[in-house]
Amino acid sequence: MIDFGYTVSPSSAIEIDDAGLASFRQLCRIEPDAIKCISCGSCAASCTAAGFSIMNLRKTILLLSRGKDREAIDMVATCMLCGKCYIVCPRGINTRHLILSICKTYRKE
Amino acid sequence: MIYEGKKRIWSEFQKEIPDDGYFYARSCIRQNFNPGAEQAFLDIVRNRFGKDFYENPLHTTCGGIAYHSDTTPEETSMTIIARQFSLMQEAGYENFVVSCVTSFGLHTEILQTWEEFPEVEAKIHQMLWDACRREFVKPRFLVHASDIMFKYRYLVSENAVRPLINIKTGKPLRVVEHIGCHYSKMFPSKSVGGAEYPYVLSGLVEALGGEIVDYPERRHCCGFGFRQYLVRANRGYSLSNTYKKFESMQPFMPDMIITNCPGCNYFLDRWQYVIAETTGKTYGDTPGYGIPVLSYEEVAALVLGYDPWDIGLQMHQVAVEPLLDKMGVEYDRAAKYRGKGGKDLGKPESPVNIKCY
Amino acid sequence: MENLKKNIIIIGGGPGGMEAASCLNTIGYTVFLVEKGPVLGGHLAKWDRLFPEGNEAAPLIEKMRSRMEGVKWFVNTEVLSVNRLGSKYTVILSNGLTINADALLIATGFSLFPAEKKEEYGYGIYDRVITSADLERMFREGMPEGLVPKKIGFVHCVGSRDEKAGNRYCSKVCCATSVKQACEIKAMFPDADVFCFYMDLRMFGRGYEDMYLEAQKDYGVFFVRGRVSEVAEKKDGRLLVKAEDTLAGKPLRITLDLLVLLSGMVRNTSASAITKMLSLSVREDGFFKTSDMIYNDQRSAQDGIFYAGACTGPKTLPETLADARAAALEADFYLRQDD
Repeated sequence: MIDFGYTVSPSSAIEIDDAGLASFRQLCRIEPDAIKCISCGSCAASCTAAGFSIMNLRKTILLLSRGKDREAIDMVATCMLCGKCYIVCPRGINTRHLILSICKTYRKE
Repeated sequence: MIYEGKKRIWSEFQKEIPDDGYFYARSCIRQNFNPGAEQAFLDIVRNRFGKDFYENPLHTTCGGIAYHSDTTPEETSMTIIARQFSLMQEAGYENFVVSCVTSFGLHTEILQTWEEFPEVEAKIHQMLWDACRREFVKPRFLVHASDIMFKYRYLVSENAVRPLINIKTGKPLRVVEHIGCHYSKMFPSKSVGGAEYPYVLSGLVEALGGEIVDYPERRHCCGFGFRQYLVRANRGYSLSNTYKKFESMQPFMPDMIITNCPGCNYFLDRWQYVIAETTGKTYGDTPGYGIPVLSYEEVAALVLGYDPWDIGLQMHQVAVEPLLDKMGVEYDRAAKYRGKGGKDLGKPESPVNIKCY
Repeated sequence: MENLKKNIIIIGGGPGGMEAASCLNTIGYTVFLVEKGPVLGGHLAKWDRLFPEGNEAAPLIEKMRSRMEGVKWFVNTEVLSVNRLGSKYTVILSNGLTINADALLIATGFSLFPAEKKEEYGYGIYDRVITSADLERMFREGMPEGLVPKKIGFVHCVGSRDEKAGNRYCSKVCCATSVKQACEIKAMFPDADVFCFYMDLRMFGRGYEDMYLEAQKDYGVFFVRGRVSEVAEKKDGRLLVKAEDTLAGKPLRITLDLLVLLSGMVRNTSASAITKMLSLSVREDGFFKTSDMIYNDQRSAQDGIFYAGACTGPKTLPETLADARAAALEADFYLRQDD
């Protein structure tokens, strides 16, 4: 093999075909509220960790539903579980419970 | 796939292509990459079909590469192109045919700019006069050389010696057509068939007996993109786009790729070598070989019975021999790297993963 | 009530025209309804069920028709010419009738945006790309034999909010129609994954937001914020669809078995003859221009000519019905004042 100094770069696109959604479906079974999110961003706007870390609950839910699990879990890891997002969520999602369920569901990975 | 649906779209993108009497503008990069292609074009239209295609050795590059690489301003290209128009007028022609797709795109863009901003055109008249005491008249018709081959497609098919048929199976060859972005994506109305389902090469291939492969990434850019290739740090990005196309077309097992753009032709050809040498992967149905990439005039010339080495097919990275065998073209294997009068041109070193002869 | 002997001609036999006809008929006018096509009901007659509650379209048309007792209605009939004499209109119809009308009510509705114009979506080229209207027909007549889609996509705003397509406006009904159809098809194929590609989800009407929540919670429909940019066919005939997931900030690629295009509303392309005949003015969007869009939205600039329904811009069905009743009342005010 020749080293040309450049190679085929991996794609950052979301590939729904490869996105194993099994874990997300499992999460939705124990946490049906996960799919109620309307991506308004209230959670991230009021988040204690956001701004100091990559935490963004809106994006976490979205990325999990697109099979981008690794990225999502890295976000959740910085959550302080303060519960502010629970207060502001207009869909009434029990966000703390959701975050704990995410940790439980994706722990093995 | 509903073929009638495509025909409906094609009927909406028709352009007038005069039958005869053209000033021919060569491409700077094609003369280096595939010098036989333009020669084949001129020989076909002049000597086979008896048409009047004039070229003037005083014409220059259009400056498109420099313009698209952000190294010269548009006015520079405009003045260069105004000079070509001046040469055309001097020779008594009013139809202008461009060999290169980027050049065609640039000519179209400039004519359109002048139409919408007449003060810019006035400025260029002055600049050309200041630079070389010349005056110019805009062409009545501007076309790309692939438009010409499309226009003459039935002339080619009537005189076909080797149609695009696999002689072993009797089935049409599976052809991937790739249109340069600057042919129709900027001005779909100036093309044959529009930008989403261009017809200029499809129509030619159909007329010559081949079958078009409509693969998912058909509309994707070849990856050249000027700065994306010219800056070495960006080359992986150029390569990745080409890779994406090959991965998408491979399930259809194409026998060849036909292009109408020098950049696309070059990159679809050469990147197969880089992909093979970095990943070990080759495409097409012949293991260890790639998918041959030919231009419209090279394809027409092969169909008309030209000798593959006379039209410069040895200048392609991917070996064309598997394609020649499928078409039943007779060729002298040993003569591939012999130039005019039998002169030895020297054999290139063969890569490890993809054979070039 | 002498003035109630007056003649009114309604042009267009969709729900707007039908509702206006029954109202004016009930008030006591002599109502003529002219429909170009072979049946009454307009687009509604081609629809299966209606958002937000899933009511069936067919019984509704029946109910509306039953209230038209006394209305003189003609199908397969066109207006050939109109002559104005004072405050009267002499209208010659293609069925040989000549009517002296005191008022005209235009209810020519809309046309569905021809989805094949969005070339990149491949409608009319790829077998598995259909429109929302095609899907309604399938719901009515049954799904094609052997079709068991595993992944289904819905594309909102096809021909709407799209300057390239010549339509800057929102067609209003597509978001709710898409969510309705997504739930219906999911109910039909529970194992399928359903994706709605939207730019903004405009669930403005009563009950629409509930429909959206239901689609998420009960049907598990996936919503992707991003406009589909390109569709291509794979070797096996399935579709490769590209969009950006704008909320994730990443391009998204997905293989689908069926793609439904939510064709928007455009001005009724077959109403140009009547537009010319009556010298009616239209707005930039191609729909008829009303006197003003707040207080006189059913009046034209000409005395005795009124508008009802989607001929003055995209409307939901209840909006069209309310508009038709308003137009009938406006016509009544005008005719009473006339004497």
